[in-house]
Amino acid sequence: MSPREIAIVSYASLLAVPGEPQRDEVELLLPVVTEAVARSGIPKRELGFTVSGSCDYLGGRPFSFVMALDAIGAWPPIAESHVEMDGAFALYEAWVRLQCGDVDSALVYAFGRSTQGDLGRVLAQQLDPYTLSPLWPDDTALAALQARALLDRGRVSERDFAAVAARTRGGDADELVQRPYTVAPLRAHDRGTVADGAAAVVLAAGDLARKVCKRPAWIRGIDHRIEQHQLGQRDLTRSVSTALAGERAGVGKGPVDVAELYAPYTHQELILREALGLGEGVEVNPSGGALAAHPLMVAGLSRFGEAAERIIDGSANRAVAHATSGPCLQQNLVAVLEAAP
Amino acid sequence: MSDASKPAKKDADGEVRRIKAPVKLDYTVTAGLALSRFLKGVTAGKLLGQRCGVCSKVYVPPRGGCPTCGVGMGEQVEVKDTGTLTTFCIVNVPFEGQTMKLPYVYGLIALDGADNALHHLILAPPEEVRMGMRLRAEWVPPESRPASMEAIRWFVPTGEPDAPWDSYKEHL
Ligand SMILES: [Zn+2]
Repeated sequence: MSPREIAIVSYASLLAVPGEPQRDEVELLLPVVTEAVARSGIPKRELGFTVSGSCDYLGGRPFSFVMALDAIGAWPPIAESHVEMDGAFALYEAWVRLQCGDVDSALVYAFGRSTQGDLGRVLAQQLDPYTLSPLWPDDTALAALQARALLDRGRVSERDFAAVAARTRGGDADELVQRPYTVAPLRAHDRGTVADGAAAVVLAAGDLARKVCKRPAWIRGIDHRIEQHQLGQRDLTRSVSTALAGERAGVGKGPVDVAELYAPYTHQELILREALGLGEGVEVNPSGGALAAHPLMVAGLSRFGEAAERIIDGSANRAVAHATSGPCLQQNLVAVLEAAP
Repeated sequence: MSDASKPAKKDADGEVRRIKAPVKLDYTVTAGLALSRFLKGVTAGKLLGQRCGVCSKVYVPPRGGCPTCGVGMGEQVEVKDTGTLTTFCIVNVPFEGQTMKLPYVYGLIALDGADNALHHLILAPPEEVRMGMRLRAEWVPPESRPASMEAIRWFVPTGEPDAPWDSYKEHL
């Protein structure tokens, strides 16, 4: 049985770089959800399913996703779910939910105020609790190990890292590569700017998508793969989970116009490009990606939204959207979005 | 930071089966636009809420959005520091940080002019406390009022006749 036709029909986001000093989560989220729903053309009360992605560790308080429901207006009661992950994985849950066939639309949203704590220390909590987490390695230290391994493989250089930064966040690669290391072999421009933000996407199935959107971004394939948690048990220079997810999503079945990749570090974009087989002709992260703004929990859903926007506005016919989770690209979700269903 | 430098404790047979891995994370949390206005208000002895432009309900403290309508809250309104006890519990269990002598009463108070209830200490003999009891706030003196609910020390009975059930049944 082939999966039901599901499309992204609208997207909205709010990224506060380097951080939002005044608004709380609900105040960040409410205008974003309101805009995405309005742009979808589907009345809020008629949305069949709602699912969100967020993480209590970012704000240091439990059940923050329950408070965030103030931004949705969950009365009369709605069918609602939550993942303690990036909103892109909530989108995957919505896609699965819509496959059941009894509802035709879903609201997916994500919020994250990554600047409230020390993100490096927060991310150390996602590591193995016996052997790694008690050492408190921050995300930059682990990413630097991965970058070092990639350099040692010999096919890319630190200047290639700088070129990714220059392309997505401005600057001159030859000048950037002269700057001092933060954690060798990484420099400040190699790590995405920690930010606060919120994003929302509306999904619709079949005829409803065609009715409310002139050029829906049809999800032609979507797949999620996970690798070993322990960093020592995998080859950090390759992303086999991304390669497999990309293959199952059908990335190689046609030319790719644009790819939005969730790469919090410059060298990770190079690893992801290789895993997905994206050639020089593919426009990667025209939005600036997670390097320009990295609100945890939101950056992945933003990649899906940004890629979909390019289909919806007619500037691309085939796009790849990618989201990652876990240390050093442990989990990867890949989708192919197309103008033709 | 962590206890990683300390050797893990060995069990009697010499095996390590347990480790201590303390976690400490620091946060700088923003109260948000709505709650910040409220907190500034209490230092001035005012209870500020906001009215939803759709359902007209007044929330004190105000929140980022109306939880039933999913829209931003509208007009700012000041409510009274008197209200009705909607429900309560008598605390008999000691715990760390407790400031009251046991037993004492903690309750939900629907302030006059608000459509939600907030919780606070009730200073009254537990055997006399009942649903519908009328209360008023006892404020901390202005010079020592913090930007928190502790700007009100507790609520005390006003002595008025109890409020009718219909006036607070939605706030339980
Ligand atoms: Zn309302």
